[in-house]
Amino acid sequence: MTDLFANLSMGFGIALSPYTLMLAVIGCMIGTIVGALPGLGPSNGVAILIPITFTLGLDATEALVLMTAVYYGAMYGGRISSILLNIPGDEPALMTTLDGYPMAKNGRAGDALVISGVASFVGALLATIGLMIFAPMLSRVAYSFGPAEYFALYLLAFSTLGGIASNNQAKAALASCIGIGIATIGLDNNSGMPRFTGGNLHLMDGIDFLVAIVGLFAIAEVFFFVESHGKGTALGVKLEKVTVPVRDIVKSGWCMVRASGVGFVAGILPGAGASLGSFLSYMSEKAIAGKKGGFGTGVPKGVAAPEAGNNAAAGGALIPMLTLGVPGSGTTAVLLALLMTLNITPGPTLFTDRPEVVWGLIASLLIANVVLLLMNVPLVKIFVKILQVPPAILMPGVTMVSFVGIYSLTGSYFDLLLMVGFGIMGYVFRKLDIPTVPIILGILLGGSMENKLRDAMVLSGGDWTYLFSSTISTSLIVAAVLGFIAPIFLRRYLTKPQRVSD
Amino acid sequence: MASSDRIFGLVTVGVALAYVASATQVQTSFLADPVGPKAFPMIVGSIAALCGAVMVLRPDAEPDWPELRTLGAILVSVIALVIYAYTLKPLGFLLPTAVVAGLLSYQIDPRGLRAILSGIGLSVSLFVLFRFVLDLSLVGLPKFITG
Repeated sequence: MTDLFANLSMGFGIALSPYTLMLAVIGCMIGTIVGALPGLGPSNGVAILIPITFTLGLDATEALVLMTAVYYGAMYGGRISSILLNIPGDEPALMTTLDGYPMAKNGRAGDALVISGVASFVGALLATIGLMIFAPMLSRVAYSFGPAEYFALYLLAFSTLGGIASNNQAKAALASCIGIGIATIGLDNNSGMPRFTGGNLHLMDGIDFLVAIVGLFAIAEVFFFVESHGKGTALGVKLEKVTVPVRDIVKSGWCMVRASGVGFVAGILPGAGASLGSFLSYMSEKAIAGKKGGFGTGVPKGVAAPEAGNNAAAGGALIPMLTLGVPGSGTTAVLLALLMTLNITPGPTLFTDRPEVVWGLIASLLIANVVLLLMNVPLVKIFVKILQVPPAILMPGVTMVSFVGIYSLTGSYFDLLLMVGFGIMGYVFRKLDIPTVPIILGILLGGSMENKLRDAMVLSGGDWTYLFSSTISTSLIVAAVLGFIAPIFLRRYLTKPQRVSD
Repeated sequence: MASSDRIFGLVTVGVALAYVASATQVQTSFLADPVGPKAFPMIVGSIAALCGAVMVLRPDAEPDWPELRTLGAILVSVIALVIYAYTLKPLGFLLPTAVVAGLLSYQIDPRGLRAILSGIGLSVSLFVLFRFVLDLSLVGLPKFITG
């Protein structure tokens, strides 16, 4: 316990310097705006900002503070477009629209925004505390992980991501394979031989994951806006004076705490992440409230539960990401990309080798959370104004920022072309209901997955049963198989609620 | 019956098999480990081919593809972005950005004057932001103008 406080005070020592504090505040501001804008969510918002942050020449801790502030800010901001426009910024925010939008239509938009803001704060705060307690514990367990265990863990991440978060196992597995396949392009790590480059010199270094992320997340979104002509982004509800509905907040207090617990646990599962967190917390609160609870008609608890669960899951997802290097959601995958860009290798050694990074990050999460609560309740009207920027100006802007980011990172027109290619791919795949997050995960983890497999085979002299040699690896592989197959049978009972239509 | 999923599944099977085939051609060096550089891509490619086959056999409901005109608008945007990728370096930031941003804006919401204004506005304001506030090394105008 004393360790915890010593570490935490070291973290605050780093995060409370005036410069990093300023970065945190700026990050929160940008994050909330990015999250609130329709068409931009935590994952693509953070994705387009990574290349630019990288070229600014910030050091690792500063860049991390800035981007995690953006990440948490985008989680907060996402609720604004969910509630006022019925447009979820990303998958986990879908649950907030279920009660948030009806509440806004009933003339309680201000109340819904404040309640969800407080719920976000509670969820994120509890999850950050959980992160401080459980992450060092898990990192000690992770020390005993050998290549076989890591390989099994990657398998689990891909199968739960495909199994739980998508509608069709084959498509999710295909997406993972595509990602891993893309990761194999370039020079082979072990033998140094080129693979799948087709003799193209640009492909020797492999495909930069940032190019793929920005293309799949941001450029694809532009094509969707061209298709819809930006319709459905007009503000349909009025936001009157914003007051703090103290009674509703107190009444849904326990509900927020329960939802945070559910969300946090779901967030820790590798691959499952934030979508599952907000889904489970909404469904369990709906079950507790029963028919009289009126979930789905615009009740405060229906806004509080998914928003607390969503933010708690975002915090929980940081645990496997930091200790094992396996992200739990699309957005944490993007954060992993950020760490890799900054040359920080997540894993158990991160906690012992670079404690200043870990604890500086945790301290800045706590700071960002308080800043966001203070910023979001009184300033919500300003963010609503920003929401009204027409997509015909916003989306070209997003495109140009993406291009400049990638261009200043790599300086090559070939990467820009690749990015456009990934954009087309993202558009077609989303049309066909093929999830794109496993592609990102595959590109990020495919290389290490292959390395771990080959390391394991070197250790065992080519004996494949080595993969099942320890209890940890065997149970991880069993969990992976179950996590992939079980949803096929459960899907009949666990239908995802669809968006409320007007 | 042909459906998007079936066509896509078929293409996937083809690409995946080609990927596996080209994996067999990867050169192995004398520093070989027991698995080598071929096995892992071959496994991944085989799984992908299997998934493609499942998509052919059990396709989902047909997605609602946009009508031909919208598809044309998306195609125009793609072409604009490709041209942008090629011209960003030789022509500097300001000119290509103004044209492409305006074009994209027009594709999203066909209002001529606003598209032109947002193209110019975005180009200038983003240049100021990147060049002077964030201090990125961007070239504003092509060499043959600035000399």
